[in-house]
Amino acid sequence: MIAPHGGRLVNRMVEGGERDRLLASAPKLPKVVLNAREMADVDMIAVGAMSPLQGFMSKADYDAVLATRRLNNGLPWTIPIVLAVKPGSSAESYKEGGDVALETQDGQLLAILHVDSKWKMDKGDEARKVLRTDDKAHPGVGYLDSIGDTYLGGTLSVVNRLKYDKYNNRRLDPVETRTLFKAKGWNTIAAFQTRNPIHRAHEYLTKVALEMVDGLMLHPLMGETKSDDVPADVRMQCYEALLAGYYPKERTALVVYPQAMRYGGPSEAVLHAICRKNYGVTHFLVGRDHAGVGNYYGSYDAQKIFDEYTPAELGINLMKFENSFWCKRTNGMASTKSSPATPEERVNLSGTQVREMLRAGQMPPVEFTRPEIAQILINAMKAK
Amino acid sequence: MRESKVTVKIPRPLYRKIQLVIENSGFSSPTDFVVFVLRDLLGEAERKAVEAPVAEAVEDFSSQDLEAVKNKLKNLGYL
Repeated sequence: MIAPHGGRLVNRMVEGGERDRLLASAPKLPKVVLNAREMADVDMIAVGAMSPLQGFMSKADYDAVLATRRLNNGLPWTIPIVLAVKPGSSAESYKEGGDVALETQDGQLLAILHVDSKWKMDKGDEARKVLRTDDKAHPGVGYLDSIGDTYLGGTLSVVNRLKYDKYNNRRLDPVETRTLFKAKGWNTIAAFQTRNPIHRAHEYLTKVALEMVDGLMLHPLMGETKSDDVPADVRMQCYEALLAGYYPKERTALVVYPQAMRYGGPSEAVLHAICRKNYGVTHFLVGRDHAGVGNYYGSYDAQKIFDEYTPAELGINLMKFENSFWCKRTNGMASTKSSPATPEERVNLSGTQVREMLRAGQMPPVEFTRPEIAQILINAMKAK
Repeated sequence: MRESKVTVKIPRPLYRKIQLVIENSGFSSPTDFVVFVLRDLLGEAERKAVEAPVAEAVEDFSSQDLEAVKNKLKNLGYL
């Protein structure tokens, strides 16, 4: 089985006497109320989904990620996983060497952060180095603008798992997906990530992958996304419908990926691949403009960034795909790599075109999206 | 003469869980169950020594935890 990033699957859950001691100490500690992104990060760190991270990044790791796209120990890593002191809170209450209680917005204690570094960050610098822009219209830059400018780093002792209201039947931790793959006898596993409804083009990529590996994990991102993305409920209905009708049950698993979107394009593609490795995945699909938004990234920047690392240090295989579509000339799904079709011979709708059709209650062509998926999306548009 | 068996201590809540698990299962005692699970686990580890087994990647998880994981996967329909 593929080794986790850094060689060992982190487990930051504490139990027994240690947990009791931390629970007793928590009420006297300074606290930070986590936002949705931070809560998901804590929960993923707790179970090793972000191995080798044992907590929120220290300043040394943060500086290394910004300067070299690696952790301080040299392991590839592209996105800071950080905890910001809330705007309006005094950073003075948090001390290096001290503990901080991390709570959900409804007051549930999740974890204790053992603070080893505290520093003032430069939002513009982080945005330019990680997101490649400081345009405030970029949702990732907008997020940075909304948080405080002091970061707290340190290891976590997680006393309670985050409770999710939805899709609990589709939530598996890395130890669980690894156990699943082993039990299924899958030695090679491809993971597909999307934050969008799954259309024929996505289906095609996953089917091509499935021809080459033992199993496929559809691993849709269900953490926080921007408000104009298709809602998670609707997307989940689409995945379930597609899985039920069009995939071999014995070779496919649908599992929620709980991370929040950063909209970091190439930087985020590397993060997505590394985290999937922790789930036991051996092959990761990277399509056109992976994790992109607007026109901030080139179509294939999210593929090119992987060239900065050797295959051995990444430790996960990449399956890079070009733009795919229904090809009228060959009468099947294809990509620009495999089809001689002219642009006019491709059934390839823009997001805007699809949204307009769905809003009008009109089914997009079956060559673009499966009728079951189209119907779910039309219903969702009507319900808005 | 050297003892043929030794005592290993496990947390009492875990012992109670095992008592519940083995009810009507054919195991005559928690000790029998633990011995069975450990033998199974160690045998599996020996057979799969050439590859990195799940247990290696999840070294902080006990065999009981792994059994619980498998049960969860079955209950959710993944297995």
